[in-house]
Amino acid sequence: MSTHVPQEQDESNVDAGESRPRSSHQDRRLQDKADRAERNKQESEERAGEDEETVEIKVFRYDPEVEGKQEPRFDTFQVPFEKGMTVLDTVMYARDHYDSSLTFRHSCRQAICGSDAFFINGRQRLGCQTQIAELDTPVRIEPLPHQEVVKDLVVDMDSFYEQMEAVEPYFQTNEAPDDELAEQRQNRENREKIKMGTRCIWCASCMSSCNIAAGDDQYLGPAPISMAYRFAMDEREGEDMQDHRLRIIEQEHGVWRCQTQFSCTNVCPKDIPLTEHIQELKREAVKKNLKFW
Amino acid sequence: MHEHDVLVVGAGGAGLRAAIAAHEEGADVALVTKLHPVRSHTGAAEGGINAALRDGDSWEDHAYDTMKGSDYLGDAPAIETLCQDSPKETIQLEHWGMPFSREEDGRVSQRPFGGLSFPRTTYAGAETGHHLLHTLYQQVVKRGITVYDEWYVSRLAVTEDPDPEKRECHGVVAFDVQTGEVAGFRARNGVILATGGPGQVFDHTTNAVSNTGDGPAMAYRAGVPMEDMEFIQFHPTTLPSTGVLISEGVRGEGGILYNEKGERFMFEHGYASNSGELASRDVVARAELTEVNEGRGVDDEYVHLDMRHLGEERIIDRLENILHLAGDFEGVDGLVEPMPVKPGQHYAMGGIETDENGETLVSGLYAVGECACVSVHGSNRLGGNALPELIVFGARAGRHASGTDLGEAIIETGKTEDTEIGEVDTPVAPGAIHAGDTDEDAVADGGDPRSEGAGVIPEPNEVVERALKAENRRIDHLMEKDEGIQQAELREKLQKTMTRNVNVFRTEEGLKQALRDIREVREQYQDVYVDDPSRTFNTDLQQTIEMRNLIDTAEAITLGALARDEFRGAHWRQEYQERRDEKWLKHTLLSWNNGTPELWYKPVILEGEDKTYEPKIRSY
Repeated sequence: MSTHVPQEQDESNVDAGESRPRSSHQDRRLQDKADRAERNKQESEERAGEDEETVEIKVFRYDPEVEGKQEPRFDTFQVPFEKGMTVLDTVMYARDHYDSSLTFRHSCRQAICGSDAFFINGRQRLGCQTQIAELDTPVRIEPLPHQEVVKDLVVDMDSFYEQMEAVEPYFQTNEAPDDELAEQRQNRENREKIKMGTRCIWCASCMSSCNIAAGDDQYLGPAPISMAYRFAMDEREGEDMQDHRLRIIEQEHGVWRCQTQFSCTNVCPKDIPLTEHIQELKREAVKKNLKFW
Repeated sequence: MHEHDVLVVGAGGAGLRAAIAAHEEGADVALVTKLHPVRSHTGAAEGGINAALRDGDSWEDHAYDTMKGSDYLGDAPAIETLCQDSPKETIQLEHWGMPFSREEDGRVSQRPFGGLSFPRTTYAGAETGHHLLHTLYQQVVKRGITVYDEWYVSRLAVTEDPDPEKRECHGVVAFDVQTGEVAGFRARNGVILATGGPGQVFDHTTNAVSNTGDGPAMAYRAGVPMEDMEFIQFHPTTLPSTGVLISEGVRGEGGILYNEKGERFMFEHGYASNSGELASRDVVARAELTEVNEGRGVDDEYVHLDMRHLGEERIIDRLENILHLAGDFEGVDGLVEPMPVKPGQHYAMGGIETDENGETLVSGLYAVGECACVSVHGSNRLGGNALPELIVFGARAGRHASGTDLGEAIIETGKTEDTEIGEVDTPVAPGAIHAGDTDEDAVADGGDPRSEGAGVIPEPNEVVERALKAENRRIDHLMEKDEGIQQAELREKLQKTMTRNVNVFRTEEGLKQALRDIREVREQYQDVYVDDPSRTFNTDLQQTIEMRNLIDTAEAITLGALARDEFRGAHWRQEYQERRDEKWLKHTLLSWNNGTPELWYKPVILEGEDKTYEPKIRSY
């Protein structure tokens, strides 16, 4: 299995907040849950035999806290198919109709919040942007590989956010006009150059698909480097700041780790040419005679 | 207990802007948000930011357009503040690096939008909200502002005075979604609610799944009035199968609406003979549904929005995101075929009653953005006026909560001598089932926010401790209950009745039916339980608590709609086809009085700084 499930749970994670001994009602509920799951399975199998068109999904399940879910497994659900249905629609249906403990992040349903990146049929994709009709069935839905799993399809995003913040992802300029109503002009070509880099929705698909990032947790990684590109190439920041930014990305675990495998570019749901951005930063670093590894 | 000067609840555009403003004033500020900030729904805004930036335009013209667009239900002091502050707030974003679209001379681009007398909508492609959200978050990172992300605020810590005007807010209670830890958060200066819209009360909406009206519902139960809740904006162009938004920018750039017969109905059927597709949103939404209802809709459901004639180059330059949305979510290539569109719930004009400094009637409690009603949109919001609202009033609330003197507010909150008590004939008793009660069922219900220990005025820390205790009791109750009903079933029922009965076209019987259904859902909610026994990332628990907020919000919307027997802005009533200024030039207010919604009114303020806005017939 490609997904990394932490083997040892630290105390605070298992018994978060106040300490709660497992009560008998919790055991009973788990038993009820198992019974219900069995009934649902039968029901969905009967459903599959009926005229109604259904789609079978296999969803990765894991919860460090609940006995019976500590061992990772896949649950199968039959979901009534409708034209235009997305992967997110199917997991929402399964949660709302079969098992309310099925856990995943999602919010906007229109490919802009970046919270529902999953590993769908062996590839990083946004659940809401992926049409069921375009996939082989049964559809296999897993959490993003190479990230620690918190529960079911939810992965720990902290290290991703840390890497994003390591490249100083904020505009820095000394040249903004003093006049609060005057723009700092930017020509259209320059805006066009940075445009794709500004489209990142922080979904972490690229990081999850990158072999280098998987083996080197200090590697800045595709999304953070592309974010650095967006600022380094913005003419409004000025020469000195560009040097500063290039120094950040040319460090040992920076752009030189990239082996141009293009997996980040291939999976990006916003079509950002991540590999190209990384290569261009390498060229800039060489041109500026910065040390490289 | 966590402690800060200012707590901002929610980290979309308004929350982030408020936090930055508070930080600039030297306050120790923290954001508490149920999503990570970049996941916030501001990111889904597409169109742009209205700001009078150019020669030939003025804030006064922007204010006039906004007042007309509001159908004379906006308050002039708030609208004038919006229009005066928007240019500098917009350029502030530019100075923070926001990648706006650019003119040949390098200045930011502007385009026409519905209801505007000047092309003053400043934009960044068709993804302005995404860039605004990320630019603001970048500034939060730069300043090192504390962010508690994936912490769900589920209760306000408010003192328990019987008179809501004497209550004080000292903090909030939230739980860490990832671990289940429940904690108190004390705010020394103030709590700013910036929790966004309540679109999830409807089932066909452009709103994110997270938009559950948490802020308004919590404030309402703590005694803060909800204002103008009946005014819900239905956006004319959403994709039929998902509710995904197709920006007004498409019409701004010249996109055309056709019915099934290929008629350009906005003109040909006389809905807006001058402005056509660029009439304001309420007008276009009704026109589309009228076409469908009269048998001229495509597939009896929607109309066509055509942008092919704009040419590939212009589409890619200004509307590229629309091509992706239509392709991904509807399977339509906007370059070679028209896009199917129909109206969908989009925006709540009403919300938590505030003044133009963002303050509510409960001291120490502020509200900004879509969850608030400072009353800049009145009964219909103009496209491009939501994003300036976020940054203008976000910044003001952040400053005010940090102690900066913004001058006394002109808009008064709470009841005054002008208050008029309202009455509405409801088919069922609205409001809580176990008002002020402390038995187990009331606990499931969220209970009375002030239920713990009456009498003495407690220390601020104790107020937070009591709220924490009450919230722990509610959560334990929901978690320990073994059987009953689950929130998903209730949510679906609520959303269905709202979409059927409280939509673009409203009838008295439909509104009454919605109230009956909401009551039934409220009763069933007494029996709600959380099936997931885990404390780790328990979205079942979170959604169950959100569900209670949806019930209160839906009820307030419907009650307001039933009470207002006129046709104004987005609020269309079959039985009343005229705007009735002599009776209805006033705001609807609902107060949660010991569990029972109380209806009252306050007059609209039409006097601006140096002129009065005279209500006129609204034609486009």
